[in-house]
Amino acid sequence: MLDIISRLRERHGELLVLFFILATIIVLIAAATGGRFLRLNFLRSMAFQLPMLGLLALAQMGPMLTGGIDLSVISIANLSGIVAALILTSMTGPQAIIVAVAAALLTSLAAGTLNGFIISFIGVSPIIGTLGMMIFLRGVALIVTRGSIIAGFPDNFLYLGNGTIIGVPLPLIIFLGVVAVFATIIAKTPYGLSAYMVGSNEVATKFSGVNTRWVLFRTYLTSGFLAGITSFIMITRYNAAQAGTGFSFLLLTVLICVLGGISPEGGVGKVAGLLLAIVILQVISSGFNLMGLSSHLASALWGIILIFALFLNKLIFSGGRRST
Amino acid sequence: MISRELLKRTEFYLLIVIVIISTVLSIITNQFLTLSNWFDLLRNNSFLGILALGELVILISGGIDVSFTATATVAQYIMGIVISRYVGNLFLAFLIPGVVGIGLGSINAVIIFFTGVPAVVVTIATLNVFNGLLQFITGGKWIYSLPVSFKNFAQINMLKVSRPEGWPATLSILVVFWVIAILITWLILNRTTIGRKLYAMGGNTEAARRAGFSVFRLMIFAYCYMGFLAGLASVVQAMQTQVIQPNAIVGRELDVLAATVIGGASVFGGRGSVLGTVLGVLLLAIVRNGLILLGVSSYWHKVATGTIILVAVIVMALQRKFRSEGA
Repeated sequence: MLDIISRLRERHGELLVLFFILATIIVLIAAATGGRFLRLNFLRSMAFQLPMLGLLALAQMGPMLTGGIDLSVISIANLSGIVAALILTSMTGPQAIIVAVAAALLTSLAAGTLNGFIISFIGVSPIIGTLGMMIFLRGVALIVTRGSIIAGFPDNFLYLGNGTIIGVPLPLIIFLGVVAVFATIIAKTPYGLSAYMVGSNEVATKFSGVNTRWVLFRTYLTSGFLAGITSFIMITRYNAAQAGTGFSFLLLTVLICVLGGISPEGGVGKVAGLLLAIVILQVISSGFNLMGLSSHLASALWGIILIFALFLNKLIFSGGRRST
Repeated sequence: MISRELLKRTEFYLLIVIVIISTVLSIITNQFLTLSNWFDLLRNNSFLGILALGELVILISGGIDVSFTATATVAQYIMGIVISRYVGNLFLAFLIPGVVGIGLGSINAVIIFFTGVPAVVVTIATLNVFNGLLQFITGGKWIYSLPVSFKNFAQINMLKVSRPEGWPATLSILVVFWVIAILITWLILNRTTIGRKLYAMGGNTEAARRAGFSVFRLMIFAYCYMGFLAGLASVVQAMQTQVIQPNAIVGRELDVLAATVIGGASVFGGRGSVLGTVLGVLLLAIVRNGLILLGVSSYWHKVATGTIILVAVIVMALQRKFRSEGA
């Protein structure tokens, strides 16, 4: 018996903790709402809301795996969304969508390149480098829009964030597709392995012959690109683009990653944990909304759950990985 | 005669940049180099300046704190309720936020120490908890009915320089709190053993532990001091605006962090100075002030701030690189 527990702990311990938290919360909320919570159209509304934050958290995951952080993800998503919105509202015809998508993705790649260059080749610490980029890009977005909201997109573009395919919300399909690609890259490719290695010990990885700078560069480039993909869901969900959208999500993306078992010191974490963490947050926020409770209370609860999970992990893995 | 030691200091370069920008602004605008502009600039930045000093102490100790804006908000709100509804006592207006700040700061330190999780993550969580609970309990209501003594105190001027044209230039008492915070922080960091221990712990926590320092006590000190200054800053902010809004302060945390880092403090711990932090706050303040005086649209302010941060950290990173390669 003890043997099984210790083996489970070793392999999937943190996932089990998360799963336990998720199950408890679902049961509590389902009981409190008399089962309304589990109805199909409510689940579907959650499936429309979850992908945006999920993609942003995924954008945060790569940098955190390498022991860094990307504070500029929201700014990149906003700026890319604004670029797409400006093109969509000034051009007409079907080619407008293609141009808008391409321009938005190029914007996000450019921002990711800048982040990657500053962090990997110049050697600025990620938290400070991306903080500077966050403020800078938000400023650029403000200048481009002059602080106004850009709204009114063609219907076939809005379909991206609001349509369904055989009853399944399109944003969820996009999200799961991106998750599958991302999970494969970090679990199966040499780049993914090096990203984990850089996160656990950058110097040792460098001396084992890995080009760590290049690995870091690609990590921030990917993060920017994922933020660019998020921008389409963001502007189609809101049917508007503006410079200040979603900054309350920024620290939340970090919180989701940590709750999902991605070590902020780098080197540890799985996409599956991240997915569980996103579902937990979405269940709490939708559940609270359904019960008529304040969203502020939900955000306080997210914090409490994170601290609780940290203590629980510490207890379960006491004498574990940390050397200090 | 400029010594070689001076050329290595971040503060020296910051000062040069500030002098250059100030000179340019003095030449192209005629309001920049006036006493009243400088007095206003100091008054408007006292709040950020005090917070930056707290962040400095935390960064030196090897930690980081992003929850202090929520701490300040909670401290300010509790103070506001007490002095507007129960006793309109000025002494309480300063005591309560200080005590609340120290209490919330110690919660941060305890969680960081006992979970061993990086401070940035823990303080993001406590930011959510403190702020979420406050917003939930208060419903986001503003407090307007602050006592007269609170208003009168905020209008005290330390200096009054009459000018031939119009209003006299006045230096607000709120600046005094910034100056006091500067002096206390300087004393702690440079004239006490706690200060030396904080630098040592930030430089190498494990070495500090083995040298026999109580890492827990030092962490408690650093986060409580940040909490205390957050409380003080919240009073200054409330005196300046004369209204207590639960959503006014949260969101400024990264501005404060940026000012501290521009001032030469390192997120890796063990480095930073009071002078640098003050200069960092002043640099950002002067640039913002200059843009306003030049009539540049406010949309450009963020780009300017972001550019300054990026240039500053890139220069510092390159310096570090060349120094370590040269050694």
